[in-house]
Amino acid sequence: MDNESQYSGYSYKSSHSRSSRKHRDRRDRHRSKSRDGSSRGDKSVTIQAPGESLLDAESTRGDDRDDNWGETTTVVTGTSEHSVSNEDLTRVSKELEESSPLECKRFLGPVLGGCLGLFALVTPLAFLVLPQLLWREALEPCGTPCEGLYVSLAFKLLVLLISSWALFLRPPRVTLPRFFVFRCLLMVLVFLFVASYWLFYGVRVLEPRERDYRGIVEYAASLVDALLFIQYLALVLLEVRHLQPAFCLKVVRATDGASRFYNVGHLSIQRAAVWVLDQYYRDFPVYNPALLNLPKSILSKKMSGFKVYSLDENSTNNSTSQSRAMIAAAARRRDNSHNEYYYEEAEMDRRCRKRKARLVVAVEEAFTHIKRLHDDDPAGSSHKHPREVMDPREAAQAIFAPMARAMQKYLRTTRQQPYHSMESILTHLQFCITHNMTPKAFLERYVSPGPTMQYQRENGRGRQWTLVSEEPVTSALRQGLVFSLRRLDFSLVVTVQPLPFLRIGEEFIDPKSHKFVMRLQSETSV
Amino acid sequence: MSFIPGQPVTAVVQRIEIRKLRQGEHLILGFSIGGGIDQDPGQNPFSEDKSDKGIYVTRVTPEGPAEVAGLMMGDKVMQVNGWDMTMVTHDQARKRLTKKNEDVVRLLVTRKSLEQAVKHSMM
Repeated sequence: MDNESQYSGYSYKSSHSRSSRKHRDRRDRHRSKSRDGSSRGDKSVTIQAPGESLLDAESTRGDDRDDNWGETTTVVTGTSEHSVSNEDLTRVSKELEESSPLECKRFLGPVLGGCLGLFALVTPLAFLVLPQLLWREALEPCGTPCEGLYVSLAFKLLVLLISSWALFLRPPRVTLPRFFVFRCLLMVLVFLFVASYWLFYGVRVLEPRERDYRGIVEYAASLVDALLFIQYLALVLLEVRHLQPAFCLKVVRATDGASRFYNVGHLSIQRAAVWVLDQYYRDFPVYNPALLNLPKSILSKKMSGFKVYSLDENSTNNSTSQSRAMIAAAARRRDNSHNEYYYEEAEMDRRCRKRKARLVVAVEEAFTHIKRLHDDDPAGSSHKHPREVMDPREAAQAIFAPMARAMQKYLRTTRQQPYHSMESILTHLQFCITHNMTPKAFLERYVSPGPTMQYQRENGRGRQWTLVSEEPVTSALRQGLVFSLRRLDFSLVVTVQPLPFLRIGEEFIDPKSHKFVMRLQSETSV
Repeated sequence: MSFIPGQPVTAVVQRIEIRKLRQGEHLILGFSIGGGIDQDPGQNPFSEDKSDKGIYVTRVTPEGPAEVAGLMMGDKVMQVNGWDMTMVTHDQARKRLTKKNEDVVRLLVTRKSLEQAVKHSMM
C-alpha cells in the first residue's frame, strides 16, 4: 500500500480524534475494497472471506501504531510539504464535516429576540417621554398619582429587565432543524402586542395631541403589565411545562447496544432530541469502535466457507439450487464458533485483569515516590539533605516514567489508546497530584470508559447530529413514536412510551395491630 | 391422604394395638408424635400434602411396644380408641394417647404403602 510509509512518521503527539479518524479511514477504505471484490464475477457464486483484511487492519495494525511512547521515541519525518496524499484529503474533508462552519444562522434567532425585547422594554419609556418632548406646554399637570405610577412603572420595568436577563439572555447551545414553535409564538405575540399598542398610541395620542398626561402614564403602565404577563407565559411554556414527567424514552445506541431510560415531560420531538443528547454526553460510555469486532480468530474460521464455481453459463437456475445446497451443507457442519468465542472472551478478560493488576501496582509504587512539602518542613529537613522542590508538572513527569509501560500495555489491551495520549495522561497525573488524590482516584479515569463528555476537546464548532424521524420534528411526543439521532458512525434510536397512569389507594394500619406468634412444631413422645 | 375440607376423608387404614409398657410410674408407648391443628404443617417431613395438620408418628423407639405392634415412622394416626385424631391439637392428641387408666391403645393408622398394597391386590 502506498500509504504505509506515512504512518510510521507520525509522532506520539497525535490527538485522539485524528487517530480515531485514521481508524475510521482505514476501516472504510478496507470495507469499500471488499465490496468491490465481491461484485466481481456475477455469473459465479463466490463466497470469499471479506472479513480477513478488515480485522487485520483493526487488531494487528493497531498494535504498532504511533503510541509507542512507553517504549520508543519516534522521529517526525512526515510527507513532504507539497504532496497532498489521499489520507490528508480524507482527513481534511472529515474535518470539514466534523465542525459545522460558524453559521450566522446560529445567532439569528437570539439577535432577533434581543432586538424585539429591547424594543418592547423601551416602548413604555417612549410613551412617557414623547408627549413631554413634543407638546409639554399643553399637557395637564399631573401630581401625586402620576408620581405613584412612575414608581410602579420603574419597579415593574426593573423586574422585567432582571427576569429577561435571567431567563433569556443565555448563549445559544443548540441549532434546531425547524423553528422552535413556542419561542416563535411568543416573539410573534410580543411583536403584536407592542405593535398594536404603538398603533393605538399613534392614532389616539400623537395625532390629536392628547392632553391628559395621567391617562398616557396609565397606558404605559398597562403595557408594562401586559409584558409581565407575556413573560409569565414564556416562563410557563418554555421552562415549566416540560418539567412534569409524562413519557419514558428508551435510548439505545445502535452500534453496541448501550441503553438508558429517561423520563421527560411534554416536549416536541426536536426539543426531546436536544434533551436526550444532553443526557447522552453525560451518561453513555464513550463509543469505542475498536470494541465492536469479534476477535479475528473466531470470524476467520466462520468465514472460510465453500467456494462454488458454476461453469455452465446458461444455467442460471442452477445457481439457486447450488446456493441452497451450500447453505444446507454449512448448517450441517458443526458450528463451534460459540465455543471459541467463549474461550476467547475468557482469555481476554484474564489478560485485561492481569494488566490492570500490574498497572495498579505500578501506579501505587510510583505515588509513594513523592510527597507534599508542608510549610513547616524545611526547617527540620533543610540541613539534613536538601531536597529538590518541584512544582506539580515536574513531579508528574518524575513519577510518570515507572508507570508508563504498564499504562500503555493496559490501554492497549482495553483498546482505549486512541483516547489517551501521553500528554493527556501527564496532565491528569499533574491534576491528581495537585489535589492530593490517591492512586485509585488517578486510575478511575482509565479503568472504566467514562462518558463522552470526558473526552471532549474544547470545540467552538459544535457536534453535528442528524435527527431522523417519520413525523415532523415539531410535533409533540406521543406513544409509540420512534426517532433516531444519527452521527457519522453511530446512531441513537429513541422510543417513546407514556408513563403509566397510577392509581394510588390508601390503607391504614393501626400500629397496635402488629402482633406475632411463634410457629409451633413440637414433638412429644408418648 | 389428602383431604378436602368439608368432604369426608377416606383412607386405607391399619389397625394397630399397642400394649403400654410400665416404666417406673409412667406408661409409655414408645413413639413420638408431631403435628396438630395448632402446629405448622409445612415442617412435617412425612406428609404428602404440606397443609395436612394431622398427627404423624415422627419416631419409633426400637424394641418398644409401638414397634412390636407394627407402628412405623411416618404413619398418620387417624383414630385412637375411637377418638378422631385428624382434627385435634397437639396437646389433645398427647392426652388421648397417655390416659393413665388405659393399658391398651387401639390406633387406626394410614400410610402410603397401604393404599398401594390395596391397589396391587385389586388388580
